[in-house]
Amino acid sequence: MHNRVLLVLLLAAAAAALGLAFVSVAPNRLVSGQGVALQGLMAHGAGWLGLPALVLAWAAFVPNTRLVCTSSALAASLALAGLLLLAGREAALQSGALSSLARVSLGGGFWLLALLAWLAAADALQRAVLAPGWRTLAAGVLAMPSMLLLLAGELDALSLCKEYANRQDVFDAAGLRHLQIVGATLLPALALGVPLGIAAARSDAFARPLFALLNIIQTVPSIALFALLIAPLAGLAAVLPGWGIQGIGLLPAVIALTLYALLPIVHGMAAGLAQVPAAAIDAARGMGMTARQSFWRVELPLALPVLLSGLRVTTVQAIGLAVVAALIGAGGYGALMFQGLASSALDLVLLGVLPVVALALAADAAFGLLALALPGPRR
Amino acid sequence: MIELIEVGKSYGTTRAIDGLSLTIERGEFVVLIGASGSGKSTLLKMINRLVEHDRGKVLFQGQEIRAFKPEDIRRRMGYAIQSIGLFPHWTVARNIATVPELLGWPAARTRARVDELLALLDLDPALYRQRYPQQLSGGQQQRVGVARALAADPELLLMDEPFGALDPVTRGALQQEMARIHRASGKTIVMVTHDIEEALRLATRIVLLDHGRVLQSGTQQQLLAQPASDAVADFFGRGERGLRLLALHSVAERLRAGEPAEGAPLAATLNLREALSLMVAQGAERLPVVDVHGRRLGAIHFADLLRAGRE
Repeated sequence: MHNRVLLVLLLAAAAAALGLAFVSVAPNRLVSGQGVALQGLMAHGAGWLGLPALVLAWAAFVPNTRLVCTSSALAASLALAGLLLLAGREAALQSGALSSLARVSLGGGFWLLALLAWLAAADALQRAVLAPGWRTLAAGVLAMPSMLLLLAGELDALSLCKEYANRQDVFDAAGLRHLQIVGATLLPALALGVPLGIAAARSDAFARPLFALLNIIQTVPSIALFALLIAPLAGLAAVLPGWGIQGIGLLPAVIALTLYALLPIVHGMAAGLAQVPAAAIDAARGMGMTARQSFWRVELPLALPVLLSGLRVTTVQAIGLAVVAALIGAGGYGALMFQGLASSALDLVLLGVLPVVALALAADAAFGLLALALPGPRR
Repeated sequence: MIELIEVGKSYGTTRAIDGLSLTIERGEFVVLIGASGSGKSTLLKMINRLVEHDRGKVLFQGQEIRAFKPEDIRRRMGYAIQSIGLFPHWTVARNIATVPELLGWPAARTRARVDELLALLDLDPALYRQRYPQQLSGGQQQRVGVARALAADPELLLMDEPFGALDPVTRGALQQEMARIHRASGKTIVMVTHDIEEALRLATRIVLLDHGRVLQSGTQQQLLAQPASDAVADFFGRGERGLRLLALHSVAERLRAGEPAEGAPLAATLNLREALSLMVAQGAERLPVVDVHGRRLGAIHFADLLRAGRE
């Protein structure tokens, strides 16, 4: 017994495969579907999934070597692709047999199995003890089989993909808008947060009330903050017609998200500057750097890793919070999600949620890689 | 090179430097020594304007230092500190190149200088140029710190307890390097220390400070043999005074050439304190002396040691 985590994941997978519906089949979009368990798909090749399961089971009982890590990561990756392929094939089959209106959607069993496969892959990467950059790359490689299936059109018959095909333009517009909201949040948050952070690092008397205020803002629930901004902005719009100011829409969303984004950025900047070794600053000044040279060449570069980790938190947080901004008409993926919630269309909800998750993971990975590109020895 | 005239510096009501005058000539190795709070570090920092004096005058090359821009004056003076303060995000080469870079040297000249200094400080350039400070031992870091201070060939080198945090072996090695660099380059060096042995080993002149004033300034011999006050004698340790005086002279200076003697020979390069130790250990009043190649040079007597101590 060498990997208890993997064993637990496998047991949970067995339970999910036996106990939960793998896909659900409905004659059309409006009626609720009939669950089909994994063992019902044995005739369609579900048995092949036993192969990666066996590899993972073997990996749980042998000592942890590079080979074991690699094979269990690959097995998990292929299991995930296999799950998708199975569901896609089943959907294609059902659409052919029933009618093109038939909807095959992914069931709880699929989602749980997919999650467990992903966890097994993450566990394998963790145990492989790769350098941070290589881990990101490996994660990308492991996602490849599933991505290829999607691109090859193997999953087109699934209801989620049908939903996407029906609303492609809405989806793409929502994606663009989502990125706009996040971008329009990060730029002013950086432009404000960095100078505020520098000022906070220089003066304790300034830092204390500033952080008190930012902490209070952080505790206001996002929906409440959006609502609080409607009245003053609507008032402003009445005073300044023609400036494009609105009580709802993009502006209040961006203002609220910027306010949330300030705390991690200001804190990252201030904490980053605070941990610059005093000896380095002393040496910089003693060797004849001006205050400005010392700041740009020594203090800021040394504070940058901490600022970047603050920015990483901010970005991931903004991507998530931008969903809620759809409630006040800012658009974005949140609009799809809330529309789906209102009409009990689970596929539409997923169409809004999945890209947000993907975006957040991608941003997180991108910042991880960016941190590696900073000067200094590899840690 | 540096002239301090009646300078003073107060923090609130405490006088860190209290009407102090001191002249440092070109080529001197001046060691400022004193107990903590004696103002030795403050005095050093007044020379490169990290601390501004509020009374008196500080002259650099005959001009009041306030006439210079602080950055300009600091770039003309090397600066090495106990905490070293290497920039962790820069390689060893870039750290050493700090001042040349500020002065806008061409890259090729800077590169050549970096390699020259690494070699001077006994660090193989090919091996260490691209390393980062965290990848070096404490002693290697301070070697880089000294190289960085020397980079732009400064007229004056200021060192604030540079070897205080190092282990005794490393400290001894770096002290030897400093003595060698001083002999070879003839640079003016001002070093702050609280280590009496370090001061006795390196200085061409020791300045003993107390409460922001100079207690006595002079050679090792003068401070040990003719202390200006009881406080000076106390500082150098009455019990160790004789031994410290002996340590100032080498066996070669007191050697009786050609005289034969019995016993295990001692090297002419040893100092008289070490010679005394060997005599005591062997229970001999006279010992033969050999050169580095083991050739007999002569002998040294216990009486020679006594005479050296009394001078």
